[in-house]
Amino acid sequence: MGLLKRPLFFSKEVSSLGRYALQRLLGVIPLLFVVSVLVFMFIHLIPGDPARLVAGKDATLEEINGIREQLGLNDPLWRQYIDYMGNLFKGDLGNSIRSGLPVSDMLASRFMPTIWLTIFSMVWAVIIGVLIGIISAVKRNRWPDHVGMITAISGISVPGFWLGLVLIQVFSVQLGWFPTGGVDSWSSYVLPSLTLGAGIMSMLARFSRTSMLESMREDYIRTGRAKGLHEFVVVGRHALRNSLIQVVTVAGLQFGFLLGGSVMVETVFSIPGLGRLLVDSIAFRDYTVIQAELLLFATEFILINLVVDLLYGVLNPKIRFDSN
Amino acid sequence: MEKLLEVEGLKTEFKRDGGNVMAVAGLDFHINSGEVLGLVGESGCGKSVTSLSIMQLLKGTPGRNAGGSVKFKGTDLLRLSDKEMRRVRGKDLAMIFQEPMTSLNPVLRIGKQLEEPIRLHMGYNKAKAREHAIHMLKLVGIPRAEGVMNDYPHQLSGGMRQRVMIAMAMSCHPQLLIADEPTTALDVTIQAQILDLMKRLKEERSMGMLLITHDLGVVAEMCDRVVVMYAGRVVEEAPVKELFENPQHPYTQGLIRSVPKLRQKVRRLESIPGNVPDLSRMPAGCKFAPRCPHVMPQCLTAEPELLAASGDASRKSRCWLTQETELKGGTGA
Ligand SMILES: Nc1ncnc2c1ncn2[C@@H]1O[C@H](COP(=O)(O)OP(=O)(O)OP(=O)(O)O)[C@@H](O)[C@H]1O
Ligand code: SF4
Ligand SMILES: [Mg+2]
Repeated sequence: MGLLKRPLFFSKEVSSLGRYALQRLLGVIPLLFVVSVLVFMFIHLIPGDPARLVAGKDATLEEINGIREQLGLNDPLWRQYIDYMGNLFKGDLGNSIRSGLPVSDMLASRFMPTIWLTIFSMVWAVIIGVLIGIISAVKRNRWPDHVGMITAISGISVPGFWLGLVLIQVFSVQLGWFPTGGVDSWSSYVLPSLTLGAGIMSMLARFSRTSMLESMREDYIRTGRAKGLHEFVVVGRHALRNSLIQVVTVAGLQFGFLLGGSVMVETVFSIPGLGRLLVDSIAFRDYTVIQAELLLFATEFILINLVVDLLYGVLNPKIRFDSN
Repeated sequence: MEKLLEVEGLKTEFKRDGGNVMAVAGLDFHINSGEVLGLVGESGCGKSVTSLSIMQLLKGTPGRNAGGSVKFKGTDLLRLSDKEMRRVRGKDLAMIFQEPMTSLNPVLRIGKQLEEPIRLHMGYNKAKAREHAIHMLKLVGIPRAEGVMNDYPHQLSGGMRQRVMIAMAMSCHPQLLIADEPTTALDVTIQAQILDLMKRLKEERSMGMLLITHDLGVVAEMCDRVVVMYAGRVVEEAPVKELFENPQHPYTQGLIRSVPKLRQKVRRLESIPGNVPDLSRMPAGCKFAPRCPHVMPQCLTAEPELLAASGDASRKSRCWLTQETELKGGTGA
């Protein structure tokens, strides 16, 4: 293999994949700009006066005005936006209205628990979901299919917070296998990620079943069998490779919803992550923190979609070669 | 001559809402080793289903084998276990399909797909399998074979893909190649090239071939013997020359008349009037009776058998006309 293969860097496939990646990357920039403007406007449309909040209940009008001036709230909106974005690029997101701490420090300390939570949720949801999908497709209309689809339907129809509470009750309170909350050890992540991933697992199980059934009907599957390949290889290599292209895309798009779901799960399991911080900040109208969090979530969402696009390009040879 | 493949009473049934249908209803024919047998008939008469039944590739369709036997060098393939059948498929018995555009996996490199059967059946390691795959690509006339190994199917034309399919089918030296309309989906010029290629390979390797087509021109050019199918049955069997010179079954006669002759100015293309009967509403007697210009009362009630014509064991026909004359001849003596 090695010697005959063309050097990677000169092959047309890498260059066109690179072109595809660059295209997507450039497409993200205007998107990020639009999103940041929207978030900024949205925050400023919320009723309530940040200056009054910062100043506290007993502040005089003069004090409030002073703070307003200091926060730049008297400037026109576009001016405020430019200042905010300018500071953002310097790593300064302002200070929390509630605690006075730098918002960037607050986000940094809350970042990892949420990231781990989402990653664990996604990993198990993809592995189990796709596995159920494959088995259901191969054993269509027989009992493994029925068991798989019942699992999938229950995963989607059970409300997340309820599932979380049941898991805590059974596995933490009664059996004592896992902690009820917090992030003191890796085992703390087991129940929260089960809760958070359940919906996506269900969705992926059903989607990959459909997609596998579709792939299994393709002519190249018959070719594979005609070669004398074992059914295991026909399914695992030929059908799955094709289905994975779609499954990865769908899984990636669901990632964004995990970010939303993490708010609920972090609350139920008292995980000190970004979701909890967002809930607390909204309760207190901590504008600077809310704004930074929304921007962060939106950016994550966009970047994840970018990664999905790139992955799609890597998996799908048609894109790898034909983009222009 | 030794019989390479012997099909007897083969029946294939499809599950349908409101009763099953018999797509292949008791098929008898054989292929001698080194021989090209043509299987012809209109669309829907069961040619593809026959080939899939022989290869046992009905999995994933509502179809199932409902009787008969398919003996390959004496072994009944229908009695083999899945595992035993896998050892035959792709090795002794190979197949190429009607649809070159979709028969290759779009997300795997050509090389990978070619190496699969080679590694499986010949036990070669990766390097040796690759070498053999490249050799096969060159054999089927693919330029820059090494480069094509790294290509994906969508980078190749239909003709090239069918060459790849042929290379794949031939890679483990099959004794029988089943080709289901291998050129139907291709341009006319490419068709000729592919047929030439198949003819050449067949002669070089003295392998048997079942060539399925509805193109009588292809039959004339490629085949030694022909089996004509109608409604899941064999209606006529004959060596190719005899079939064209003296077709016995009215259906075959109609088929041959409907082919435009070269150099002859065609005024009107004659085609057989009427349609292939629906599988779930088959006429009681001869299945061709509703379209037959020679239909007789007995044709409507009893189906004739496939019988050898008098004095010529190589010819068979399923028609009361030929069988009646035989009967008359018998009483007259
Ligand atoms: N997957 C399937 N499901 C249900 N019925 C089928 C299926 N495949 C074939 N059949 C039935 O079997 C009959 C024969 O089909 P087959 O594909 O063998 O025809 P054919 O002779 O190969 O025609 P063509 O020249 O169009 O390829 C058809 O009438 C069709 O209704
Ligand atoms: S048996 Fe009768 S209907 Fe059938 S082909 Fe012969 S003559 Fe025609
Ligand atoms: Mg067909």
